[in-house]
Amino acid sequence: MTRGASAALRLVCLWYLWCGSAAAAPHIPADGNQVVEHLPSRADPVQRELLRLRGVLSRRPGDLGLASALAQRYIEQARADGDPRYLGYAQAALAPWWSQAQPPEQVLVLRATLRQSTHQFPAALADLDQAVQRDSGNVQAWLTRATVQMVTGQLAAARASCMRLYSRAPLLVVQTCLSSVGSISGQAADSYRQLQEAQKRHPLDDPGVQVWVATLLGEMAERAGDAAGAEAHFREALAAGEPDSYLLGAWADFLLDHGRAPEAARLLKDKTRNDALLLRYALALQASGAPDAGRQAEILRARFDAAMLRGDTVHRREQARFELALRKDPAAAVRLAKANWMVQKEPADLRILADSALASGDAQAAQMVRDWLRSSRIEDRRVAASAARLGAAA
Amino acid sequence: MKRIATALLYLAALLLAMPAWAHKPSDSYLTLDVEGRRIDGQWDIALRDLDMAIGLDGDGNGELTWNEVRGRQDAIAAYALARLKLASAGQACPLRLTDMLLDEHSDGAYAVLRLHGACGADVARLDVDYGLLFDIDPQHKGLLQLRHGGQASTAIFAPDSAHQTLGVSGASSWRQFGDYARHGIWHIWIGFDHILFLLSLLLPAVLVYRDRKWQGRTTFRAAAFDVLKIVTAFTLAHSITLTLATLGVVALPSRLVESAIAASVVLAALNNLWPLFHGRRALVAFAFGLIHGFGFASVLRDLGLPKASLLLSLVGFNVGVEVGQIAIVAVFLPLAFLMRNSILYRKGILGAGSCLIALVALAWLAERSLDMKLLA
Repeated sequence: MTRGASAALRLVCLWYLWCGSAAAAPHIPADGNQVVEHLPSRADPVQRELLRLRGVLSRRPGDLGLASALAQRYIEQARADGDPRYLGYAQAALAPWWSQAQPPEQVLVLRATLRQSTHQFPAALADLDQAVQRDSGNVQAWLTRATVQMVTGQLAAARASCMRLYSRAPLLVVQTCLSSVGSISGQAADSYRQLQEAQKRHPLDDPGVQVWVATLLGEMAERAGDAAGAEAHFREALAAGEPDSYLLGAWADFLLDHGRAPEAARLLKDKTRNDALLLRYALALQASGAPDAGRQAEILRARFDAAMLRGDTVHRREQARFELALRKDPAAAVRLAKANWMVQKEPADLRILADSALASGDAQAAQMVRDWLRSSRIEDRRVAASAARLGAAA
Repeated sequence: MKRIATALLYLAALLLAMPAWAHKPSDSYLTLDVEGRRIDGQWDIALRDLDMAIGLDGDGNGELTWNEVRGRQDAIAAYALARLKLASAGQACPLRLTDMLLDEHSDGAYAVLRLHGACGADVARLDVDYGLLFDIDPQHKGLLQLRHGGQASTAIFAPDSAHQTLGVSGASSWRQFGDYARHGIWHIWIGFDHILFLLSLLLPAVLVYRDRKWQGRTTFRAAAFDVLKIVTAFTLAHSITLTLATLGVVALPSRLVESAIAASVVLAALNNLWPLFHGRRALVAFAFGLIHGFGFASVLRDLGLPKASLLLSLVGFNVGVEVGQIAIVAVFLPLAFLMRNSILYRKGILGAGSCLIALVALAWLAERSLDMKLLA
């Protein structure tokens, strides 16, 4: 059978699987007043504002300022809510310029942000290169560029992008950018210390930035093996306002790693609409031996199947973790982790690669981990422990 | 400084947006069943998406009730159907909504639109033009499953692949042939009336009726020849009527056909108790085989025949029926020949067995002709 045919067959099978398990049978609710879905309420001022802007834009679709403002609002909403539909709405607002080779500068940065969200990293970087070539003072473009380079493992380039922020952005922002790169490229201790200093000496009155800095510090401390320090940073971040899904995920991972699964389960009980948090919730239930663990894992599997049906590959990191820890299928996990590693190279990607390499005995994955540890000089206590066992096994 | 403040928020947004998306992006699930020129469909669209597109939440409180959804049924149908265009051979195949239901998917509640439509002629290639939600969410995807003649294919629609042409009859003819052959075998195995008719005619094949009593045949060859004559006659006859009925040349009411099949089993079984047409059993097999062919044809009609490869499917089904028959004969003949001189065979199997078959078939006859229920 050709690869195409086998892929098509798998899709058909998946479809039946999906139809069979995840979906109940179509029906007509007996009670017409039954609430069948929860939608964003129009009483919410943010939703009202989005609706208003959308209405104005529909009358003036060529208004660049309005379109980019609305796209920006949608991207912020996607982050707050975790719903990628808002990214689609943002793209729709930019429709008149979306396919242009050289769109206006603000469209370039927004388009890059949306492209990276679907893992089109080279296309995103091309947009950002164009933006900084046109205006080397575009802070947004440099920051976004640094981030994309960091995620894709181009650490020297990321550091160079951060450097371009000096004298253009507040010191805390410059340091956060630099420390993010430094902490995963051989300067973990210095990066941590410098960011803590910058947090004290150059604070910014912006809850978003406060949460972000504290979360990063927590992750750095945890990688260095300073559990008490990490917990303090995470608690600081949690206290700064309504925690976003990234912070909840990082905090839950910390709790799971330190044998505090029941706390993680309590934290995430009502957040399971979010796939990444449902993964941690199911892991927490499994670790604490809760009877509901199997059902939650099934729901998660249905969501991965649905994503696969649409041809998405942006969930591989989480899916690898799901296969390894919940499905106990190291072969599937290492396959996903390796495919993910070709695209993303963040600490979480390295960790699942090392864990699944260890569980599956996959020599190629083990070699990928060793190569990266050597070339990036990343310091991560847990990955180092896995790597030592990999080395012993080799 | 204002610009920098925006940038800060932006950076935070970007960094924290990096991990995998919390929810699945927007998808719709479309299933189309194509049969001849008819198209039946089911289209699952997220209520969340429909609300964004045309507004469902009448009171805007964020709690969407079924009444609110039902109240917008016409608007939903108009919106969705304007964004799905099917055509075959350059001619549109208009769709209409027959029913709207609700279903839960892993990521929320969906409206389930049941659709029906027809093309001008039998569909060989289906042009699908999909444009749902692309104007308000370009990351939306339409996931299509197309089913036809027992086969399925899938397609994914996105803004850059909104128009696709899918082959309906282009699927492997041999696979289709195999599918229908399997249906044929299956039908013979579960179609007890055909098996019992054949067995009733075959039971005496290892014997001869001489001097008003049954005697065992001397050679296996003679018995096999008798079986061959009967099976060939039966096959020839039902193939003729199966073909004629499937091609629409002859048609008989199914109640009449089913009753006649039951009657044929009764007669074939009684003949073993009181030989009426001994020596002419092949002729009887042929005559009633004509009736059984109509029965096979109605099964084939229920399966749904792809018009584009009608003949192939017909032959496939018939081959399947023959294979099923041969399997029965292959088990029956050696056993019967070995047992032919025993009391068990003559009194038990031929005598009591035929009696039982006649009784069962009589019950069928009553059920089918009078449209009542006797047997479980």
